[in-house]
Amino acid sequence: MNSSIAFWNIFHKDLRNYYFKPPNISWGIIFPIAWALMFFLRSRNTLDIRDLLPGVIAMAVLFGTTSLLSVTLNFERKSRSFERLLLAPIDSNLLMLAKTIGAIAFGIINAFVPIIFAAFLADLSGINWLNVLGSIVLIAVTSTFLGLFISVTAHEVFEAQTYSNFFRFPMLFLCGLFIPVSQLPVVLRPFSYLLPLTYGTDILKTAIHGNGLIPIWISFLVLTGFSLALFWLSTRNIKKKWIY
Amino acid sequence: MTILEVKKLTKSYGKFTAVDSVDFTIEQGEIFGFLGPNGAGKTSTINMLTGLSRPTSGAITLSGVDCVKNIKQAQRRIGIVPDESNLYEEMNGFENLSFCASLYGMAKAKRERRAGELLEEFGLDGTGKKPFKAYSKGMKRKLTIAAGMIHDPEILFLDEPTTGIDVENARQIRKLISTLNANGTTIFLTTHYIEEAERLCHRIGFIVGGKIVKIGTIAELMSEAQRENIVQFALENEVSSLKETLSNEFPGFTIDVLDNAGVKIHSPETVNLMPFMKFFDQHRITVHEAKIIRPSLEEVFVKVTGIGMDKLKKEKEGGKR
Ligand SMILES: Nc1ncnc2c1ncn2[C@@H]1O[C@H](COP(=O)(O)OP(=O)(O)O)[C@@H](O)[C@H]1O
Ligand SMILES: [Mg+2]
Repeated sequence: MNSSIAFWNIFHKDLRNYYFKPPNISWGIIFPIAWALMFFLRSRNTLDIRDLLPGVIAMAVLFGTTSLLSVTLNFERKSRSFERLLLAPIDSNLLMLAKTIGAIAFGIINAFVPIIFAAFLADLSGINWLNVLGSIVLIAVTSTFLGLFISVTAHEVFEAQTYSNFFRFPMLFLCGLFIPVSQLPVVLRPFSYLLPLTYGTDILKTAIHGNGLIPIWISFLVLTGFSLALFWLSTRNIKKKWIY
Repeated sequence: MTILEVKKLTKSYGKFTAVDSVDFTIEQGEIFGFLGPNGAGKTSTINMLTGLSRPTSGAITLSGVDCVKNIKQAQRRIGIVPDESNLYEEMNGFENLSFCASLYGMAKAKRERRAGELLEEFGLDGTGKKPFKAYSKGMKRKLTIAAGMIHDPEILFLDEPTTGIDVENARQIRKLISTLNANGTTIFLTTHYIEEAERLCHRIGFIVGGKIVKIGTIAELMSEAQRENIVQFALENEVSSLKETLSNEFPGFTIDVLDNAGVKIHSPETVNLMPFMKFFDQHRITVHEAKIIRPSLEEVFVKVTGIGMDKLKKEKEGGKR
């Protein structure tokens, strides 16, 4: 059977049914624009903008990927349309990839909102764009799969959204975006290194102004590890709990 | 030829056993029905057969494929119509069908042609552009059946296809099911309407409390009750005072005196009416009517399961929206 047809049609349906709907466009695109503007306009000079850029990019990706994922999963499960996907002859790994690729794509697109703004306001020369792109993709993938893991564990959309806030907000404070990890209280530091966003932010910092703390290849490796583990746990949970 | 074979299929939810060591087979080309009251385990069985839930124990084989181990392989060949329509509310009929077809790997041109054909065949071509949420209940169910048929499955599972549907739509749906079957699709359906099982199915399994208590063709099930002959007399007056006299006069018959001036005679042999007519005449009782009561599937069900008819809803009540 041609599984790629199923894959692209699930992706396409989610884009049409959820991602390209006005509430999501406003939450997903306007939100990072507002944040980017808020941070950039408050900064005193263009150097600040470059300093802030990694943080704003990471935030845009994080919110872009996790804002809708639970809707595409928990809502469909509640309305039972998700059963159609489970009853179709599609391998469960491929199915979960199809269900998450929309979130990943949306997160990546979101990342370019602050970059475009910054390009008008500051000098962005000397940035290693390949590493920036690599880390954007990996942040998008890990935060999507973290969202997937949360959604699969939750029963309802609101539950998934509540759980995901438990992760999102502490993650923003602990990942070294606004407060460098080295300045965090000693007891909190180990937690920073348990969070995938810490590694993604660190790559962005290295690529944008060369002041990351972790060797870049370690960060890439850790993020890939996080992605694989979260994806594996999520599909296992689906098979265990959603096929009861 | 056997298409589906189920052996000792069991499903427990915690300590509660919803489906209890069920055995049955479905032959190619037939309509096989599960008839049972709410909570009998019909949906639980369908969910295991289609891969939505995992059996606690037992074996399912579909055309030689082990469904417990290789459900993804089996799912290509089966169509599913769940008890509640579960298509996408925002998408129209055509988009829903085309999307469902894509899940089975059908290419765009082919699936759009097939979606158009099915909309027409199911009398939904006028509403193909309306979003699913704007459909009436009957239309929703029809589109859900179309979605189950989109990839031309060998066997179609229908879970209570007419429950909650108005009488006219229910009639059309039954007709659709017969037509699909006549065109070669094997059908497994569940219902709690006796009339529906009797009208549609070639073979029926009575399921109660997770167990199949009886299984057979309609004729086989009927013969169970036909061993008994029943004659009912409608009389001018109430005759309870004559009960003893009647029993003495006609040994070998079981005689019920009914409240509404009637008498019901049960006998293993064919009943000769003349002696009874004479008896009533002697006692100056006018006989308005004497009729042979044909046993119905309903009586068989009540007899075999010990469950009163109130547990199985009548179609008229259930047909209300
Ligand atoms: N997921 C579940 N968890 C616990 N009990 C369940 C579950 N699904 C069904 N049951 C119970 O199993 C029994 C059979 O249910 P079901 O298969 O839905 O019956 P039917 O479809 O014949 O009405 C019922 O008593 C029901 O409450
Ligand atoms: Mg049911």
